[in-house]
Amino acid sequence: MSDFHPNEKGRKRTAGLWNVVFLAATLVGVLSLVTLVTSLIDSCFGYVVLQDAYAYSEVSVAPDKALASLTKDELVQTLRTTAEADLTDLTTGRLRLLEMDRPLEVRTEDDLRNLVITEVLKSEIKKSWSLMESLSQAPAITEFQKSRYPDGHLAFRSWLSPEFLTKAQSGGKAESNGLRGAIIGSLWIILIAIVIAFPIGLGSAIYLEEYASDNWLNRLIQTNIYNLAGVPSIIYGMLGLAIFVRLMGPITSGAIFGVQDVNGRTVFSAGLTLGILILPIIIINAQEALKAIPNSLRYSSYGVGATKWQTIWHHVIPASMDRILTGTVFAVSRAIGETAPLVVIGASAFLTLDPSGLFSKFTTLPIQIFTWSQMASPEFRHVAAAAIVVLLVLLLGLNAVAIYFRTGIQKAKDAL
Amino acid sequence: MNLDNTAGLDLKNVNIHYGDFHAVHELSMDFQSREVTALIGPSGCGKSTLLRSLNRMNDLIPSAKTTGEIVFHGKNVYDTDVDPVQVRRWIGMVFQKPNPFPKSIFENVAWGARINGYKGDMEELVVTSIQRVALWDEVKDKLQKPALALSGGQQQRLCIARTIAVQPQIILMDEPTSALDPISTAKIEDLLDELKKSYTIIIVTHNMQQAGRVSDKSAFMLTGVLEEFGTTNEIFFNPKNPKTEAYISGRFG
Repeated sequence: MSDFHPNEKGRKRTAGLWNVVFLAATLVGVLSLVTLVTSLIDSCFGYVVLQDAYAYSEVSVAPDKALASLTKDELVQTLRTTAEADLTDLTTGRLRLLEMDRPLEVRTEDDLRNLVITEVLKSEIKKSWSLMESLSQAPAITEFQKSRYPDGHLAFRSWLSPEFLTKAQSGGKAESNGLRGAIIGSLWIILIAIVIAFPIGLGSAIYLEEYASDNWLNRLIQTNIYNLAGVPSIIYGMLGLAIFVRLMGPITSGAIFGVQDVNGRTVFSAGLTLGILILPIIIINAQEALKAIPNSLRYSSYGVGATKWQTIWHHVIPASMDRILTGTVFAVSRAIGETAPLVVIGASAFLTLDPSGLFSKFTTLPIQIFTWSQMASPEFRHVAAAAIVVLLVLLLGLNAVAIYFRTGIQKAKDAL
Repeated sequence: MNLDNTAGLDLKNVNIHYGDFHAVHELSMDFQSREVTALIGPSGCGKSTLLRSLNRMNDLIPSAKTTGEIVFHGKNVYDTDVDPVQVRRWIGMVFQKPNPFPKSIFENVAWGARINGYKGDMEELVVTSIQRVALWDEVKDKLQKPALALSGGQQQRLCIARTIAVQPQIILMDEPTSALDPISTAKIEDLLDELKKSYTIIIVTHNMQQAGRVSDKSAFMLTGVLEEFGTTNEIFFNPKNPKTEAYISGRFG
């Protein structure tokens, strides 16, 4: 009895201390996430000073009515008369271009109103504030607008808007930029990457896990796959540039399929590069998924006279599919945020045409965020923040899809 | 092979190695048709290894190597022109831990028959197989429910039903009741009496009483060597080998 010194108080104190340390670690993590989200939201909303280059009262066909209450006919008339009378920068030539895009008569009222603002009034954002500034310094901001931009007006702007998502990129001011091309580009590239990497990755994992014998060659392959998963992504960019853009240029540019005026810096090359980038991750995750299937399941299948392929196809793959899909989504999440390799293989920083197929030039969400964050004009800060929010929402959406699939598979399993 | 009738197995000079480890030495014996033969012996004596070698389940372990002859219907199952998949189809196996497929109860029984090209009435086959393992009353209302929701004893009987659904000739059982409670164990032992009318059954067991109750013949193994093989009565009540006697009477193992 006397040889034992339980020291209960001391042990409990140590336990309590570690409890606090772990809690603190968690709090630091949570705090940094909260800071990130807060600063994003902070940049996404806020006051802006808008100033029209031309006075509304001088160009409108109905100057006594506010712009917001003009009818569709009045909006069309305003556009036509200002162009014909050459009152503003909107020339008849410019109007003809706009009509070629879509005739005024078939455009929506909102669209026309926007045209009046951007083409006739040339309304511009002169200065912008973040959400925090807007909330805390509203009187000072109003004062600033009155003294510096007496002709302008103050508006509360959400940089993140449906319009921002659906508008194409434009070379001009921050506020006239949209994400449509980047979203379509990201989706295209991810789709190609999955179509390439998932079947190859699953196939390799099945070979390595179920078929390959334990010899030096297979061990070498396995080691290399682990190493490849850790290779910096820019190196995949170099590989993509050398092989897909340059060497396979005729194929990836679509030249051999009759596509003209394009080089290998296309959606196809980008998708292939990201496909190769996520391949080792998919292989490793799928291998782990297959490893998690107990041998007893395989034996029970062999025990009734099943072949290896029947065992794998009917039992091993269905039982591991939820984990395989989870791993794939993990890999796709990585791919969708990749920037460096796409810069290397030549993403377009400025692209007004939407990527429409394999052989289009491309830009992606992270590329856009990168480009906009480099811009000198402070308004681009808000646009970049809004794009980041879109990227994060897209990632969350992907994860939600994965969870939906997984629970679906789990339910199907349970129901059997 | 003429497979019309259930046949036994003839073992001649069987040796099994795992890498450098010699697990079974020069073992010769024969398993008679329509009998239950028990393989007994202490842990690590090679009885499970021997059992798994009989239907080439050991092929799945890369380091395992079997030499000698295991003759089934006049043919060594290890001949190069014999397909191990076919061997396992005729020599079924029930494992220590119940391992039903993560599928429905119906599908558990039907799957093996289907992949082996069964063209008869599948529903009837499933019902008969489940009835033969005395599980019908317990599962007849939930054939589409997952097999993994059954109790351990029910799962093991389902595994036996799955095995007999492909109509093998020999059933190998590797400690089939060691993970089960006494009532489930009793049910499976009763089942063995019934099944041996149609099949050759070879069972590995650690439970001496069980071996005594269910088997017609017993084989006692020690460190990979077959020490004694005879009728269960002889082995239990009149062993010729002093090592057998020591083991039976509980002096080791």
